[in-house]
Amino acid sequence: MAYDKFEILNSTGVPLPIENVDTDQIIPARFLKATEREGFGDNLFRDWRYNNDDTPKKDFILNNPIYSGKILVGGKNFGSGSSREHAAWAIYDYGFRCVVSSFFADIFRNNCLNIGVLPVQVSPEFLQQVFFAIESDPKSTFTVNLAQQKITIDSTAATETFNINPYKKDNMINGFDDIDYLLNIKKNIKHFAQDTPI
Amino acid sequence: MMKKTLFDKVWDKHVIQQIDKGPDVLFIDRHMVHEVTSPVAFLGLKNRNIKVMYPERTFATADHNTPTINQHLPVQDSLSAKQLDALEKNASEHGISFWGLGHEKNGIVHVVGPEYGITVPGATIVCGDSHTSTHGAFGAIAFGIGTSEVEMVLSTQCILQPKPKKMRITINGTLEKGVTPKDVALFIISKLTTSGATGHFVEYAGEVFKSMTMEGRMTVCNLSIEMGARGGMIAPDEKTFHYIKGREFTPKGEAWVKAMDYWQELYTDEGAEFDKEFFFDGNEIEPMITFGTNPGMGIGITKKIPTANAMEGGAATYQKSLNYMGYHEGESMIGKEIDFVFVGSCTNGRIEDFRAFTEIVKGRKKADNVTVWLVPGSHKVEKAIKKEGLLDILEASGFELREPGCSACLAMNDDKIPKGKYAVSTSNRNFEGRQGPGSRTLLASPIMAAAAAVTGKVTDPRTLIN
Ligand code: SF4
Repeated sequence: MAYDKFEILNSTGVPLPIENVDTDQIIPARFLKATEREGFGDNLFRDWRYNNDDTPKKDFILNNPIYSGKILVGGKNFGSGSSREHAAWAIYDYGFRCVVSSFFADIFRNNCLNIGVLPVQVSPEFLQQVFFAIESDPKSTFTVNLAQQKITIDSTAATETFNINPYKKDNMINGFDDIDYLLNIKKNIKHFAQDTPI
Repeated sequence: MMKKTLFDKVWDKHVIQQIDKGPDVLFIDRHMVHEVTSPVAFLGLKNRNIKVMYPERTFATADHNTPTINQHLPVQDSLSAKQLDALEKNASEHGISFWGLGHEKNGIVHVVGPEYGITVPGATIVCGDSHTSTHGAFGAIAFGIGTSEVEMVLSTQCILQPKPKKMRITINGTLEKGVTPKDVALFIISKLTTSGATGHFVEYAGEVFKSMTMEGRMTVCNLSIEMGARGGMIAPDEKTFHYIKGREFTPKGEAWVKAMDYWQELYTDEGAEFDKEFFFDGNEIEPMITFGTNPGMGIGITKKIPTANAMEGGAATYQKSLNYMGYHEGESMIGKEIDFVFVGSCTNGRIEDFRAFTEIVKGRKKADNVTVWLVPGSHKVEKAIKKEGLLDILEASGFELREPGCSACLAMNDDKIPKGKYAVSTSNRNFEGRQGPGSRTLLASPIMAAAAAVTGKVTDPRTLIN
């Protein structure tokens, strides 16, 4: 599925300084029953966000109106666990376009890249600075420049570069997806398949 | 010649081309599909107006969302029913073999794959489920993918992947009685942490894995993902070939002979290099149990819950986890009261697991304070349980058997552990709420589960082995 192009993102961030946030927390299994890719944002962090009676939990960050923005900032090993792409969809659908952490689980990172959410992996020290900036002023903004592979804390001008596979970067900047690429080399695939027994 | 690892040999054979500074185009031999992660992918095909490229390489089963009682009746939950219908419709529209609810081959995707020979050595296998790593037990490269990738494989039989790094975990020695493959896996994860193998494909080597049954190897490979690995694999040997021979989807006749030529080359060359290596001593592994909210938070059953500074993650995260579980640093797990026991899942829902469970409960009675769900991984497992006479023994001890499916492993169906209750579970994840909102999970082996089921509390299974 093609998605919005990603070039430069300037936004405030929502801090979630918890480590090993797994995809079961991002979107619990009971909300995976849809046959379409819509509405997952409503159940993002469902059990952390709502009480059993569906009233919002006051102390959870997404329920605190002073925090908002398109950048989610998480603790180390973000997105571990299940391969459910629904986790990335929920993050996207809620309105985030970028997740910042000092470490991402593999499948989650791939899933994000495949749907147009940019995972930005920074050093643990930089991550602390990001958390600190938001803590001191929730209106702090950050600039994520994909072309230059840089993230900047606007208030302090502290900047760090991040890695991304050049092919994936190209895709994100142009809003292309992998299937477009693969469909273009279908002939080679067929050729290969012929010689590869099932 | 370049020395290659087992992983290199299989991976390199499946690379169609490399994208400049980008990922490899990897050909996928066999693709397994289930109802939860596929509907949006099929929708994508529809939007592009294309069909599944190789339906004969695609296999669909319903498992995540299925009830484990009264499977002959219509599915009550309307959303689940819709998802199950969607899979059936998509499978028939694209000409894919489909083993739906009630079909004799139905079961958990990673249980039926090996059972019917969809899983073979040296193959590339993917599925929209992270525990696809299970199939690595046969020397296949098998890994979980997201829905966009499911769409990719359905439409082109390929996936774009950078080649992962390589890790080898070698365990020699012999396992003490009462120590199972599940314990070996939980032990490794407790050492490496849940992110210790991220970015890597793991090969398991050494005497301990060599002497494991295929079922045991599947349990180990299954849990690779819980330390962040893309997948895990074990070099195929006589045991592997013997296991797969004659199964429905394994090659026959001349094709078998040809395949064997390839399969017999599937081992790591002497001197091939790994990015990371770990060595452990099998004699030191105890029966394991988890006490926290990720699979890395496990300890040997005679050990105490570690203090915060001894564990991965910040102290705050660690404390949050213990609070959730209602446990404290320094406590022993032995004697902790429990409410539920779940035996099943693609980790420990195979016939061998039910044999091990039965062996312990035989001649004993289910404890009154526990509810026990025994859920076979497939109809084939269910049949074997009955045929081998295990069911009679189980029933005499006060247990009943449910119908196959993922069940309380992820609690998408009605099999949910209630809020605050403790479950000793043979599944793979103890995340907050994984087995139902507010549920508390203790991961363990089938025999630890059996010990808990008859004593009503956490018990060292070795005390019940004759
Ligand atoms: S049993 Fe659990 S881990 Fe295995 S396929 Fe089902 S949900 Fe996934």
